[in-house]
Amino acid sequence: MTQSAVAPVIEVHDLRMRYGTNDVLDGVDFHIDQGEVVTLLGPNGAGKTTTIEILEGFRGRSAGDVTVFGVDPAQAGEDWKARIGIVLQSWRDHARWTPRDLLTHLGRYYETYATADRSRPYPTDELLGMVGLDDQADQRIRLLSGGQRRRLDLAVGIVGRPELLFLDEPTAGFDPEARRDFHDLVVQLSDLEDTTILLTTHDLDEAEKLADRILILAGGRIVADGTADELAREVSRETHVSWSVNGRRFGESTSAATAFVRDLLERHGDQVHDLEVRRVSLEDTYMAMVHRFETGQQELAAQVFEGEVS
Amino acid sequence: MNRRTHAIRTGIRRGWHEFSLSLKSPQDQGFYVFMALVTLGYLWLNRTTEVEGTDLLLPSVVMPSILGALIAFGLVIGPGYSLAMEKEDGTLLRARSAPHGLTGYVAGQVVLHTMSLIPTFLVILVPAFFLFDGLMQNGAEGWWTVLWVTLLGLLATLPIGIILGSAVPNVQKMGTWGFFPVMGLVAISGIFFPIQSLWTWVQWVAQAFPIYWLGLGMRSAFLPPEAASFEIGGSWRTAQTVIMLSLWAIAGCVIAPPTLRRMAQRQSGSAVSAARAEAGQWVR
Repeated sequence: MTQSAVAPVIEVHDLRMRYGTNDVLDGVDFHIDQGEVVTLLGPNGAGKTTTIEILEGFRGRSAGDVTVFGVDPAQAGEDWKARIGIVLQSWRDHARWTPRDLLTHLGRYYETYATADRSRPYPTDELLGMVGLDDQADQRIRLLSGGQRRRLDLAVGIVGRPELLFLDEPTAGFDPEARRDFHDLVVQLSDLEDTTILLTTHDLDEAEKLADRILILAGGRIVADGTADELAREVSRETHVSWSVNGRRFGESTSAATAFVRDLLERHGDQVHDLEVRRVSLEDTYMAMVHRFETGQQELAAQVFEGEVS
Repeated sequence: MNRRTHAIRTGIRRGWHEFSLSLKSPQDQGFYVFMALVTLGYLWLNRTTEVEGTDLLLPSVVMPSILGALIAFGLVIGPGYSLAMEKEDGTLLRARSAPHGLTGYVAGQVVLHTMSLIPTFLVILVPAFFLFDGLMQNGAEGWWTVLWVTLLGLLATLPIGIILGSAVPNVQKMGTWGFFPVMGLVAISGIFFPIQSLWTWVQWVAQAFPIYWLGLGMRSAFLPPEAASFEIGGSWRTAQTVIMLSLWAIAGCVIAPPTLRRMAQRQSGSAVSAARAEAGQWVR
């Protein structure tokens, strides 16, 4: 038990996935430790869903070593599944059921997996409250709105009180309020339940807010791995300072923000308004990294081309 | 093993819940009423018709045959459509995500489709006994035969439905893969007219499948012993009925689990999304 607490929950080494002649994953390496919240970012078609489905055991792989809780997901058994929760993009199953009946039913599969320090499953009422479906608990699932449906998907994903949770674009189709509730829930799961979480998203604010660590997948490889701050520093050491004097707005990028601001205040004093000091945003970082990667690809292609010509 | 048993128990409750939802669903109620109206209407219009060469009325002969055909139809097409649809809508993937969930899912399907025979029988048998005379000629012994033929028929046909639903690529293909072949077999299996009026080779084909034997078994339950003389070989061939249905049951129980497992292995979130996109694409 002590050993498994030290070993990473997820370990991926040189993962490759090829469809026909197309290498979707081309040597992916990363690991995730217990209790971490990790976001997987990347352009459409970068292989995020493929990666997650390989980890979930839903999909085979072409090559590479993958372990989740020390077991290869492709060979993992039923007991392994009890430790894992999966929230996928929305479906339309169980149209005639009610959320209460469905959660109670699916929870029963986890009853035999309860342990002294982890009761399973979540009591249905508690779970309905957690995802904010109390009022819809006894409505036909068919009649739920898109956002309510997504909350139910989330509830189904965590009904077995998973130690590891996979979320593939969990907040697609959420309104801002539902999104905030969802973020609170993820924080709660991570803090109170020590749940390890791997999620994909296109919402960079969400990634920055939730993740302990961010992975960027582009061109079949992990091109960046670190906290939002670390990634930002890697792209640019500059900080953007903006302010206004006498109603005119100014802005400047600097690598020494503190000195710059001190100087600014000394010169203008109380006349400085709307002062804002902002490190490069995750969006800027992400764009820069994906762009850097894509240009790299083009240069590589150009080199290969020149090589062939000469 | 204990966990598997627990999952089967969970699945049985699931099947019972789905059955009660089905009874409350106007869509399913409509199906039962429609089926009863068509069957009883056909029998009513032919209530004075005598079956050629016998002194039996058509409803007496055809009603048991139809019951046999309905077992086969309900238990092949029913689970076939269920599985094909639930592959597409993500139900199966949900089951696959839970520990022993697939075992539970299959247990649920078995319970659901077995239970659905009850309303099928009731909506036909109850009105039929009011509308027609002399349907059951063998008393309690006849009902006992109805019961064992039904159970054996269940074992023979339900696995076929599960195999079919697992193998069919999408719901739209269920017509060509499931519905039309079963209707074809019903047509040649002596349900609506004596099988002897068909070519010999067609008779052999029909006798290779369970529908013929289900119809024969049901006729042996309801009709007087003399009526056996109008069957192939002039007998109810009870032993052969048991053997043929058992063979299908064994074959089905051997083939169904690996087919189902292979199908389930192909389920994933993106497979479901792809199937959904495909299902919305009618013009290819």
